[in-house]
Amino acid sequence: MARKKECIAMLLAGGQGSRLGVLTKNIAKPAVPYGGKYRIIDFPLSNCVNSGINTVGILTQYQPLELNDYIGNGSAWDLDRINGGVHMLSPYQQIKGMEWYKGTANAIYQNINFVDRYNPEYVAVLSGDHIYKMDYNKMLDYHKKNDAACTIAMLEVPWEEASRFGLMILNDDNSISEFEEKPKNPRSNKASMGVYIFTWSKLRQYLIDDENNPNSSNDFGKDVIPAMHKAGERMFAYLFDGYWKDVGTIDSLWEANLDLLNPKVDLDLSDNSWKIYSRTPTTPPQYIASTADVQNSMVSEGSRVFGEVDYSILFHDVTVEEGAKVRYSIVMPGAVIKKGADVEYAIIAEDAVIGENAKVGSCPEEIDNRDEWGVAVVGAGVTVGEGAEVAPKAMISENISKEGK
Amino acid sequence: MTGQNIVGIVFSNAYDECLPELTGLRTMGSVPFAGRYRLIDFALSNMVNADIEKVGVITKSNYQSLMDHLGTGKPWDLSRKTEGMFLLPPFSTAEQGSNVDKIASLKGAMGFISRSNEEYVLFSDCNTVFNADVREIMDFHTEKDADITILYKHGISPALQDTMIMDVDSDGRVTKVSFAPSGAEDVNYSLNMILMKKSLLERLMNEAISQNLTDFESDIIQKNVDKLQIYGLEFKDYAVTIDSMSSYFKANMSLLEPEKCLNLFNSERPVYTKLKDDMPATYGIGSSVKNSLVANGCIIDGEVENSIVFRGARIEKGAIVKNSIVMQDTYIAQNATVNCVITDKNVVVTPNKSLSGAENYPVYIGKGIVI
Repeated sequence: MARKKECIAMLLAGGQGSRLGVLTKNIAKPAVPYGGKYRIIDFPLSNCVNSGINTVGILTQYQPLELNDYIGNGSAWDLDRINGGVHMLSPYQQIKGMEWYKGTANAIYQNINFVDRYNPEYVAVLSGDHIYKMDYNKMLDYHKKNDAACTIAMLEVPWEEASRFGLMILNDDNSISEFEEKPKNPRSNKASMGVYIFTWSKLRQYLIDDENNPNSSNDFGKDVIPAMHKAGERMFAYLFDGYWKDVGTIDSLWEANLDLLNPKVDLDLSDNSWKIYSRTPTTPPQYIASTADVQNSMVSEGSRVFGEVDYSILFHDVTVEEGAKVRYSIVMPGAVIKKGADVEYAIIAEDAVIGENAKVGSCPEEIDNRDEWGVAVVGAGVTVGEGAEVAPKAMISENISKEGK
Repeated sequence: MTGQNIVGIVFSNAYDECLPELTGLRTMGSVPFAGRYRLIDFALSNMVNADIEKVGVITKSNYQSLMDHLGTGKPWDLSRKTEGMFLLPPFSTAEQGSNVDKIASLKGAMGFISRSNEEYVLFSDCNTVFNADVREIMDFHTEKDADITILYKHGISPALQDTMIMDVDSDGRVTKVSFAPSGAEDVNYSLNMILMKKSLLERLMNEAISQNLTDFESDIIQKNVDKLQIYGLEFKDYAVTIDSMSSYFKANMSLLEPEKCLNLFNSERPVYTKLKDDMPATYGIGSSVKNSLVANGCIIDGEVENSIVFRGARIEKGAIVKNSIVMQDTYIAQNATVNCVITDKNVVVTPNKSLSGAENYPVYIGKGIVI
């Protein structure tokens, strides 16, 4: 038996993130690179560590290889612990048979034994696909103060976007009176962030009941939370007012990256008191050549810039050759932008090569029909041949040449 | 014993005195270099890249910053259950002497070396920056059936008192060892990476100690040129030996030449260092960076040219940094100008100040000083 922990975290990282297309062809969504040196999962993991939660179960299912490799023994996040630490929890065979995680609630249900080992009072259930910095400890204090069964972090979203979210209608004491899932006419603009704290003894029972209910889809948002609410459990909303972004789509991933360059956005990665940890590759400093012009951008170590970079994020070991232009774009590790290539409003995935004088994406002003415009995406390892073009909004996963495929 | 049959020995304090400003508060091994490294990183990386799994780091004085940098040896993969990195502080205070007194330093470490199961010992100093393939040295040593193999470079020798200048015959045999304190041109000078059998080292050390000899280079190597099979292997890649502040400055600047930089930092043999979780470097609107090496965590809003910018440095709007080395967490305020300057860690240059040195004599600003 492991030593008792007051609170442990369960991080849902099994989603495919199908809306990210080629970017999640071979990796799970939480492993998608973000912000010049991070992966999405670094944010909830670092939040855990900075909040004093040092036992984290990561629930994986879709393409776990790269994620497993990335997390390793957790030392990059200081999660290699004698007692606790980080654990990768994949579905496994049990005496009654083997099944995949059917839903988010089922994923935790299948790991009740893992949670029980630490005999925690509370369990934080987090999702691995959001970018935000948050002190879960403050939320835990709030949960304890309210003697709640469940506390849900929420933030106020613009009214015009509210209908895209799961919303909560609150009583005066911030207890939850009603849920509304993506309503047409929202009555609230308080949206769930997908960050929950449960009192484990309560959640444990609801998970078992949920599993025994044949009509349940075994999902937290759809089944477990409503069931708890229906049963009259004490459920509270915890207001969060910092930066939070769901990076589930190409556009939102692109935006969330470029948000880092916007001084008005409240996401400071240079804050030493709340560091975002990541596995750092072994690379020399970045080299910015005499021919380069780098403006309003973030560039990571190991990159070599000879061309023009404006309003972009370059990950480590990226090469931008002389005369190449990278604007409003995200260039992931190891990618090469050759001489004279023009990359605009694009995401270039790992180790992709953009050939000489090739053109990827374009700025929205150049397109007459705005519906045809979007961020262009070049998949990992793909070569865009010399002089070839990748249209805006296109997403390519195979090499292309000037003459077409 | 696992991996290579070699125990590595790094002298972290050797030649401290040639960088008096930078080693005032630290060892040669912990002198910052190339934006994110300490000099010892090169010695350690050379060893671990050849699968050497046991490294002793000999320290003499001022080794707090070195200990902070090395920690448990994890960044070099040297935090192990068996073998790994061992810090070897002075064995007793009675052994204090000049920093170049290698025999005395080694004497304190002989217990560690003798207890090792490895058959060979490889020595390295910290004041040479290079990326060497130690396996090649081992192969050469075996092929020549040498007693001692010394890695050397052809060119202008560093101006260090006891740098060995070697005559090497066509087979690689060292026929003569001499010393040229002022820096001689067109010679073969030792890079002080030296390989020999542990048993031979023990014998030579016993002889030296019994005769009260103190100088490793002259009393152990030079004296035995005729008696032992001493071989020299020429190192043809990028290597600089730091012998003064101006050579330290030049060595940093030489990495702005892409070929040299790619030679030192090649992907086959990476150079490892202590990790810091800094965000990527940020370049503001209106900033201008030309021909410079920049580390993560920097925020640059001003102008930087021909410079090395270490982790976490901040260059404000209107500030100009030219031909300079700004170390970790340096803050150059608005409209301040520095040219040919080395700022140590946490230096602050306040608004509108202007500092200028010369390329052969850079101005050095000590750790934490506010100007």
